[in-house]
Amino acid sequence: MKKLAALAICATMCFASVMSVSAADTVKIGVFEPASGDNGAGGKQETLGIQYANSVAPTVEIDGTEYDVELVVVDNESSAEKAPTAASQLVSSGVSVVLGTYGSGAAIAASDTFGQAGVPAIGVTCTNPQVTEGNTHYFRICFLDPFQGTVLANFAADNFEAKKAYVLTKLGDDYSAGLGFYFSEAFKALGGEVVEDTFPEGNADFTSYITTAVNEGADVIFAPTSTEAAQLIIDTAASQGAEMPLLAGDTWDSNVILSAAKGKDVEIYVTTFYQEGGNQEFDDGIKEWINGDKTNLANNGGNDTIAAVTAMGYDAYFTALEALKNAGSTDPAAVNEALWTTTYTGVTGAIAFDDVNGDALRDTAYVKVANTETGAWDFVAEQGVN
Amino acid sequence: MDFINKNLPYLLAGISVGGQYALIAIGYTMVYGILRLINFAHGDIFTVAALVLVYSSTIMPLYLSIPLTLIATVILGLLVERVAYKPLRNAPRMSVMISAIGVSYLLQNLALYITGGLAQTYPSIPFISNSIKIGPATTKMVTVVTPILTIILVFVLMQLINHTKIGMAMRAVANDFETSRLMGIKVDNVISMTFVIGSFLAAVGSLLYFTNYASVVPTSGAMPGLKAFVAAVFGGIGSIPGAVIGAFIIGICENIIKGLGWTTFSDAFTFALLIVVLIVKPTGLFGEKATDKV
Amino acid sequence: MSKKKNTIISALLLLALLAVIMVLERTLPPTHIALTVLKKGCIYSLVAVSMNLLNGFTGLFSLGQAGFMLIGAYTYAVLTIPVADRASVYQYFHGGVIQFSVPFFVGLLAAGVVSAIFAWLIGLPVLRLKSDYLAIATLGFAEIIRAFFQWDVLGPITNGSNMLRKYPSFTSVSFPFIVCGLCIAVMVLVINSSYGRAFKAIRDDEIAAEAMGINLAKHKQMAFCISSFFAGVGGGLLAMYQSSIQSMTFKSSMTYEILLIVVIGGLGSVTGSCIASFLFIACSEWWLRFLDVETYIGDFKVPFLRAGFRKVVFSVIIMAIVLFARKGIMGDREFSVEGVCRFFKNLGKGKKKKEAKE
Repeated sequence: MKKLAALAICATMCFASVMSVSAADTVKIGVFEPASGDNGAGGKQETLGIQYANSVAPTVEIDGTEYDVELVVVDNESSAEKAPTAASQLVSSGVSVVLGTYGSGAAIAASDTFGQAGVPAIGVTCTNPQVTEGNTHYFRICFLDPFQGTVLANFAADNFEAKKAYVLTKLGDDYSAGLGFYFSEAFKALGGEVVEDTFPEGNADFTSYITTAVNEGADVIFAPTSTEAAQLIIDTAASQGAEMPLLAGDTWDSNVILSAAKGKDVEIYVTTFYQEGGNQEFDDGIKEWINGDKTNLANNGGNDTIAAVTAMGYDAYFTALEALKNAGSTDPAAVNEALWTTTYTGVTGAIAFDDVNGDALRDTAYVKVANTETGAWDFVAEQGVN
Repeated sequence: MDFINKNLPYLLAGISVGGQYALIAIGYTMVYGILRLINFAHGDIFTVAALVLVYSSTIMPLYLSIPLTLIATVILGLLVERVAYKPLRNAPRMSVMISAIGVSYLLQNLALYITGGLAQTYPSIPFISNSIKIGPATTKMVTVVTPILTIILVFVLMQLINHTKIGMAMRAVANDFETSRLMGIKVDNVISMTFVIGSFLAAVGSLLYFTNYASVVPTSGAMPGLKAFVAAVFGGIGSIPGAVIGAFIIGICENIIKGLGWTTFSDAFTFALLIVVLIVKPTGLFGEKATDKV
Repeated sequence: MSKKKNTIISALLLLALLAVIMVLERTLPPTHIALTVLKKGCIYSLVAVSMNLLNGFTGLFSLGQAGFMLIGAYTYAVLTIPVADRASVYQYFHGGVIQFSVPFFVGLLAAGVVSAIFAWLIGLPVLRLKSDYLAIATLGFAEIIRAFFQWDVLGPITNGSNMLRKYPSFTSVSFPFIVCGLCIAVMVLVINSSYGRAFKAIRDDEIAAEAMGINLAKHKQMAFCISSFFAGVGGGLLAMYQSSIQSMTFKSSMTYEILLIVVIGGLGSVTGSCIASFLFIACSEWWLRFLDVETYIGDFKVPFLRAGFRKVVFSVIIMAIVLFARKGIMGDREFSVEGVCRFFKNLGKGKKKKEAKE
């Protein structure tokens, strides 16, 4: 009897999973973001931006027909290993275009799955060059690591007269390794000296790293890491009394960092895509939306500080709608074709793609500093490469 | 002097983390001593203890939530033993170990579900999370508190084991499971007591560890757990002082290796040490002679 | 039924299965999740059987499978990346030092051979240990291998801790099915040979086996190397399936997953391992996905359902199997037509008995 029951359960499960219903005039947009793992916090914030955009513009007119936009959200678990499966799940649910992901590693790993299925993807904040290099289906609306690394290196050399930088990256994290590499190159080109170090996954003890940085006499610490490691690095730097400023890339622009830094004696600078206050209407709207829902508030880290990735998610959604309109069809291939010429002016600035890799044409980054008293970001400068 | 100034922080970090490993390692070594079981779930119990404090401290003051955490962890340890290990008492050792891996998998996934995959910030406990200056180095109070507290706890534990009735029963069961049962010792109670002590110390260890490294993720306990186990083997499994000394040595070596710039191998070193010990001196530093290892 | 007839029927069944897969491949859209499950399930079957060979048939409790898969995956990827693409893959290491590439089947074979060589070296000291000490030592070696492959100094070969990609991969389902099928068939042959009988003798009683004249060290070493060879091939296939690999993927949790598959399928059952892999992958990737989605029936929100719940349910099921169905799906028996007939006969009998009771 037990065996029969087991068989019956298996059969129902098969049946349940095969069933799927789809309405006629709906266009599906895939949201390929991490909701757990290292980049879970950032991924959730980016998803919030997309979801808010969807609540602002729930429909789109394509070729004279009004379509409902349905978001298909999957969790790629911040891992290059799970990413292809999550991607194929999106593809098999019939999405026209994919948005994401936060964290370059998962984007690179999933790229082929999207490519084989002919579904275009718009990278929101994956900054590693390898994401779009050599393929025609992955686009992105953010700046790239060579640019970001150079900006940060210039900033370190100009503002702190830094001669020696301690670069701390995470082993096996493409984002971290890439940004660290480009920063080092640029910093060395400016005549500086670089001490490189790596930490393995799951490392919680950063005392030795900070000590090494102090012993080496580094003028700045550059740590392009996920927010999880960032919390620990900030905490350790503060309790060790390290006096040099901490520099990081776009991932650190998160309220996780602000709450970790609040009340502590640390200096944190980040480069990012958006500065709160850049677009008042968007700020007010999304704050109201986030505060109106407990889950959203929790996903945003418990307060309504707007992360740049949220703004980027918002812009990515509208870029996708623009591409759908231009394509005049929900067919992924047509959308892919249309994306090359799609332009959109969003809250984070004008978006257009170059015609080699489909990278965004962006030449400025915002530099922000964490205010450890108020727990908010203060604007420092708008910085380009030159 | 300059040399000391530069290297003191590594040493302090090593001692502190060593103390925390020691508290976990005791749980491993006691359980192994009695059940011959590598309790893979021990590291995850350590994580759960941290999560209990994270969540309980949001609804009650710390002086209530800390005792609650200790109690909840002990109950969890008991529960795991009753549900996952007791039914397999007469099964092959491999089955029990697989069950332990299963429990570890379950606890991690449960933690993932509850936290929603986000890192939780550990509440800062007054006094032990204050900064303190030792010579030239600045560090947290917990760095100093950990070794002292560890040594006190181990001393109390040794008294318990050497001078009380339950301690005597534990030694008897560890020595010979079947005979002690024949002698009228309630083996199940002794085993439960072992899990109570192990989980309690893991909870204390978790308080100290996460005060130092204030971010909790579902897999936080996996690495410290494995390292603590290595410490237990290194010190001679079954021996409590051995586990403690092993843990301090591993903690300090690990930080020295990081200080030397071999950070890629800081985790691998622990395992290399394990393999060397297993091959060269399988009884560890203080282990009794055992025949079933090699 | 005679043995010969049985073999023929099994072979026919396998061919029929292959035919079904080919038909599925033609009819389903190429990205359907079922195909993904089939591909990954094949690869996991191979690795699970290789682990079973060690744990179930030889009684060596090894937890190093992820390490050997890593070696296989890296060997395959490093050897087969086309020369033209090396510059972009090894972007931080000036294109790497290896400036040739081999066809994919040579790569897969090399994957197996290299991990078997590593296994032989590791086996020399480690195989003297017993039961859980062996387990923890092999687990330790897997972690050391992982750190080793992430080492910057080896970067020109392994690309450090960065991703390897752009090597040839597969899109069809029949490719992994055929490769894994062949590999499993070879392992079945080994298990049924005199070596296999020696392995089982070692598992059942080492001292007795030694007394019967079985060279323990030699046979253990052999089982370890064979198992690692196929784990390496499995790693190579996994690399092909994922189309990009990183040493970070091959953590000890991967070994645990494979071990759980072996246990669910039944220690000492090849077919059990295969069936369990497909079930395991299908459940974790596909059938239980609905548990992760917040669902409303009318206005009623089904409680507990949100991201991550799938894994909780899944691990509870696994715990239940480990505790209550300790022998797994197949125990140490093998799947056969006869067995299925018997199963249904017994099922019928059981029903009748029950009815009679009532």
